[in-house]
Amino acid sequence: MSDAIAPETIEALLPEVAELIVGALNLDMAPAEIEPDAPLFGEGLGLDSIDVLEIALVVSKRYGFQLKSDNADNIRIFSSLRALTAHIAAQRSA
Amino acid sequence: MRLPLFSVHDLDATVAWCADGPVGARRFIAESRALADRLPPGNSLLNVCQDRYRFALGFAAGLMTGKVSLQPASQTAETLARIAELHPDAVCLRDDGFTAGDIPCLDFPDLAAVDPAIIEKIPDFPADQLAAILFTSGSTGLPQPHAKRWGKIVANGRAGAFSLGMTQGCHGLVGTVPVQHSYGFESTLLLALHGAAGFWAGKPFYPQDIVAALDAVPRPRMLVTTPFHLSTLLAAQAETGLELPAIDSILSATAPLSAELAARAETATGAPVLEIYGSTETGQIATRRTLDGPVWRLMPGIALHQEGDTTWADGGHIEGRLPLGDRVELRANGEFVLLGRHQDLINIAGKRTSLAWLNHQATAIAGVVDAAFYLPEEEKTDGITRLAAFVVAPGLDRRQLQAELRRRIDPVFMPRPLVLLDKLPRNTTGKLPRNELQALYADWKRRD
Repeated sequence: MSDAIAPETIEALLPEVAELIVGALNLDMAPAEIEPDAPLFGEGLGLDSIDVLEIALVVSKRYGFQLKSDNADNIRIFSSLRALTAHIAAQRSA
Repeated sequence: MRLPLFSVHDLDATVAWCADGPVGARRFIAESRALADRLPPGNSLLNVCQDRYRFALGFAAGLMTGKVSLQPASQTAETLARIAELHPDAVCLRDDGFTAGDIPCLDFPDLAAVDPAIIEKIPDFPADQLAAILFTSGSTGLPQPHAKRWGKIVANGRAGAFSLGMTQGCHGLVGTVPVQHSYGFESTLLLALHGAAGFWAGKPFYPQDIVAALDAVPRPRMLVTTPFHLSTLLAAQAETGLELPAIDSILSATAPLSAELAARAETATGAPVLEIYGSTETGQIATRRTLDGPVWRLMPGIALHQEGDTTWADGGHIEGRLPLGDRVELRANGEFVLLGRHQDLINIAGKRTSLAWLNHQATAIAGVVDAAFYLPEEEKTDGITRLAAFVVAPGLDRRQLQAELRRRIDPVFMPRPLVLLDKLPRNTTGKLPRNELQALYADWKRRD
């Protein structure tokens, strides 16, 4: 589970995931400008479901696991950069 | 004249597959009736159920109680307010925590206690009963209603089933598109009501979800999807090793599908890739197999007429006589070729609007002096091209503007980038030629 992943592991992985998102979505900002705890959707970065599929694809390619809607809380996973990074860290070490 | 809820299926046929297995027509009708008994009075139902099966029950329950199904293209605060104004008695049927502004919500009830054995007959409804109103974003800034009567909806479903060869057997449909949207409505729900087909209740999102959904329905299976979802699915297969189950046909709509992607999909799955052409206003009107070339074949009963630059469609399941959003070259024998869209109209991820409407939404924001949306030239085929917007709003910052726009326009139309300028390069007649916008966009791309 993601709770078992050390916060410093997640912290260390943040820049890499931020870069992945900015690259995949061609965002008009530097990876470091994504606030780790700001929402990715709506008021925050303003992402939508199309972006989620794009991110899911690059995440699968880079980290070798598939995202699923049924066994994971997508709203939680994509709630912030930190939440997404925690999910990746947990899946990667699973 | 009265027309039945199911045109092909008898009471014992499977009409849907849920997580716990197949659902027969008898159970579907029994559950619709039980739901109808629990709906409050009123003439309209805003059905926002995420689950395709629950949506279908709500739709059938609406038919049974004389409630029209309200199906907006987007669910922005402005759209919901407009619906509440047009339909003050509307009730929102939901199966998640959706909030519908001022419209009262009904949570989807538990119908497990229903006994299908009491159903002895397939219900029928008057052909002239108002069954659904689909909304598009109008060019004047207000959602435009498009009313569909039951007789036209039945004809629509039958025409689709005929054109896709779904008049016999039982085809399993897996849709990645929402059932409220015209394409999802026609190509999953209506095919199950009026063709020899049943649908998967879910709306699979990730490639892995699509695989699981396909595995859950028997063959022959059709994947009802969009170029974007199809391209993501094939990328997951090719680049992440995802294994696809057998697929017997693939249906695509909402945006042009490239021959390159269609060829890759046919090679990867062995299934023919078919496309649907239509609009919310007309419904689906033509099909083609992408790899057979650019020629579309009209569905039964539909006719096209050329008048100057505009092509009009009528007949069959079309309500009245309607102009097409595309420029069209008519051929003999109900065939035609698409030449391109009329300038101002755009389509992003299957949602249509016009640049004029978006500009109107932006300039309606207090503090915005001038605004122009711009759709860049396609940079990636089968991907999603995002809009850019150039806005003059001296007293507002980017965040405030984005928050205001989000209230008014669907998320897919949110501009990326949103560029703030001191003024727009309008010419002496006040027009903003496309090449000027192109230049602004090129400047923005070069900025760093």
